[in-house]
Amino acid sequence: MKHLLSTENLSLFDAIRVLDTAEEMSVVGEREVKKLPALRGRTVVNLFFEDSTRTRISFEAAAKRLSADVINFAAKGSSVSKGESLKDTAQTLAAMGADAVVIRHWASGAPHRLAATDWIDAAVINAGDGTHEHPTQALLDAFTMRRHWSQVNGTESTGADLKGMRVAIAGDVLHSRVARSNVWLLKTLGAEVTLVAPPTLLPIGVERWPCKVSYNLDETLEAGTDAMMMLRVQGERMNASFFPSTREYSRRWGFDDARLRALDDLGMKDTIIMHPGPMNRGLEISSAAADSPRSTVLAQVRNGVSVRMAALYLLLSGDSREAAPNVSLSSKETN
Amino acid sequence: MAENTYLIRGAAILGGEAEDLLIRDGVIEARGKDLSADDATVIDAQGLVALPGMVDVHTHLREPGREDAETVETGTRAAALGGFTAVHAMANSNPVADTAGVVEQVHSLGRASGWVDVRPVGAVTVGLAGQQLAELGAMADSRAQVRMFSDDGICVHDPVLMRRALEYVKAFDGVVAQHAQEPRLTAGAQMNEGAVSAVLGLTGWPAVAEESIIARDVLLAQHVGSRLHVCHVSTAGSVEIVRWAKARGINVTAEVTPHHLLLTDELVRSYDPVYKVNPPLRTDADVQALREGLADGTIDVVGTDHAPHPSEHKECEWAQAAMGMTGLETALSVVQETMIETGLMTWADFARVTSFTPAVIGRVVDQGRPLEVGEPANVILVDPAARWTVDPHKMATMGRNSPFKGKELPGSVVATFFKGHPTVLDGQLNTPYRYPAVSSN
Repeated sequence: MKHLLSTENLSLFDAIRVLDTAEEMSVVGEREVKKLPALRGRTVVNLFFEDSTRTRISFEAAAKRLSADVINFAAKGSSVSKGESLKDTAQTLAAMGADAVVIRHWASGAPHRLAATDWIDAAVINAGDGTHEHPTQALLDAFTMRRHWSQVNGTESTGADLKGMRVAIAGDVLHSRVARSNVWLLKTLGAEVTLVAPPTLLPIGVERWPCKVSYNLDETLEAGTDAMMMLRVQGERMNASFFPSTREYSRRWGFDDARLRALDDLGMKDTIIMHPGPMNRGLEISSAAADSPRSTVLAQVRNGVSVRMAALYLLLSGDSREAAPNVSLSSKETN
Repeated sequence: MAENTYLIRGAAILGGEAEDLLIRDGVIEARGKDLSADDATVIDAQGLVALPGMVDVHTHLREPGREDAETVETGTRAAALGGFTAVHAMANSNPVADTAGVVEQVHSLGRASGWVDVRPVGAVTVGLAGQQLAELGAMADSRAQVRMFSDDGICVHDPVLMRRALEYVKAFDGVVAQHAQEPRLTAGAQMNEGAVSAVLGLTGWPAVAEESIIARDVLLAQHVGSRLHVCHVSTAGSVEIVRWAKARGINVTAEVTPHHLLLTDELVRSYDPVYKVNPPLRTDADVQALREGLADGTIDVVGTDHAPHPSEHKECEWAQAAMGMTGLETALSVVQETMIETGLMTWADFARVTSFTPAVIGRVVDQGRPLEVGEPANVILVDPAARWTVDPHKMATMGRNSPFKGKELPGSVVATFFKGHPTVLDGQLNTPYRYPAVSSN
């Protein structure tokens, strides 16, 4: 394994391997001493070109639990004129001996550039790039769903996929890297995905994605949903005419109290409500929904550390590199 | 042996029958079988195709202002090597070519270089700002004799301004070359909007943003009875609109770039900014429509949109990267690959779309002429059987941003005669043409 850049080309084998490894890692988080020596002496750089305290501390916790040395590099600045180029930053990190670079970038494809160029030889983990992908978020979501789905079915979580699970993802799909990564990964794991959004917030070309598309959240819920994932919606989108007002958005596409009650009325007692955070309470999700027993929001955060430990471990541990040199978590570079 | 006399032996004229061409003092003196001239330098052209020197209606030579990207000298060297004897230099230099002074500077730099005719394009609006007409008449009357006007890189999107420009240039037989891009529909656009952009999460540049402007502009051209040229048509819908306009008798010409004839947006999946260009690479269906449009005459000419950039503008994130590709040294090969090897066009058609018609559109005197006795000797010799692998580091252009890097392409330019002087021989740069000194009395 070399990089984790996207879920689009992540094989079922590799996806299950990450999830199973994360199950093992989660045990560490439950111990009094939450630490493994696996990555002692290895250096992990959190290279963040965009603010994201949640994702950064999740990766930081993951790396530290594996005993890696962690360097946080906040390289904000959004244009060439301000600050250093990606190339120079990457070469600087290479010179400092980074073994892995966890990169969050506002530009889609920036992690691919790091992986495809000779600027740096470290393992690259995409921690969210522009509106492209956020593979570890999708993996932690899948981990959370798999635990729930196994519990519902009374089966073992480890080794399982998500066959038969119905997942609805609602919100700003157009601008969401979380939605993209989830669509590909959930398809690979065998789940049935329905995207729910106003037509303005779906990309042209979505009809070719391996999922269903709906403009109507109520109909989607009525059709049966095992996991309801709400995406963060930026209120400012209404200024660019993606929707008329936050209130109208909330009424039509938000998971409000009425829809929370509808789950009970429809007899869907096992349906979970997910959100990648940070939430806009009252916009895409009501407080009652966010705080209900159905909500997995905090479990997702907890599982995020386990999944990121698994990703770091699989990419950096010498054993797996040698044992499976042909297995790659990265999408194949084609040129 | 006379220095300015060349006997080209046995070249297939426009791909037809093999004949000899005798060039003397910048003119084709004779054409026929078994010509002889004792004082001539003989060039064996067995197996080669003789074509009129190519005329590019669309290049960016970057001078003045971005001499780190390209200069008139390096850009015209690249042009000569690519088989061109004339290039139009777009106005988006710094300062912008929106005054007689700047276009005369570019014109002078071209003459000093001596590799090809450099035809400056004048900006339509002051500073390309889209607010107010530049002094088009002054540029037309200047020593540069500007006939093509364009804000290329930026669309003249204000319909009233576009109408006025179209009307105004009639006074001196000018043409407005439009970069068709509706700005509001393309704010922040990074690549073609479609299946690939949806997956990559890059902001889309929809085909409708090009097509809606072309539709508007052909109607404006019809309304005011003006001549319109559409730069780098890139979508199937644009081809249809131009076809419709021509059927209505509207005086419109259209251009396609070599890269839009060959490459698609699938390449963007690599996130390699060498594939970032404006208008963006489109889909395979668009590529096929562009080829058909060029073959059937809907699209009149090939223009390279040669756009060199310093490496730091491409060695970065996709969204940060500059738009544009080099093209002068690969144009002939790409057109051969896409149009001739596919059987869509002959070499005579090639001469039409790369030389005859572009010279007419740009009103370039002494260029794009038939290879006949008495005509100016702007002639190239092409080896259609050659195959070569593109290496941007071996090019004369300063730009290393060729999207064809590593690709094997057919056809090579063996010789280029500019005003009867060989600027390229044996596929290598020879010497530039030197203009006669102007007497000072």
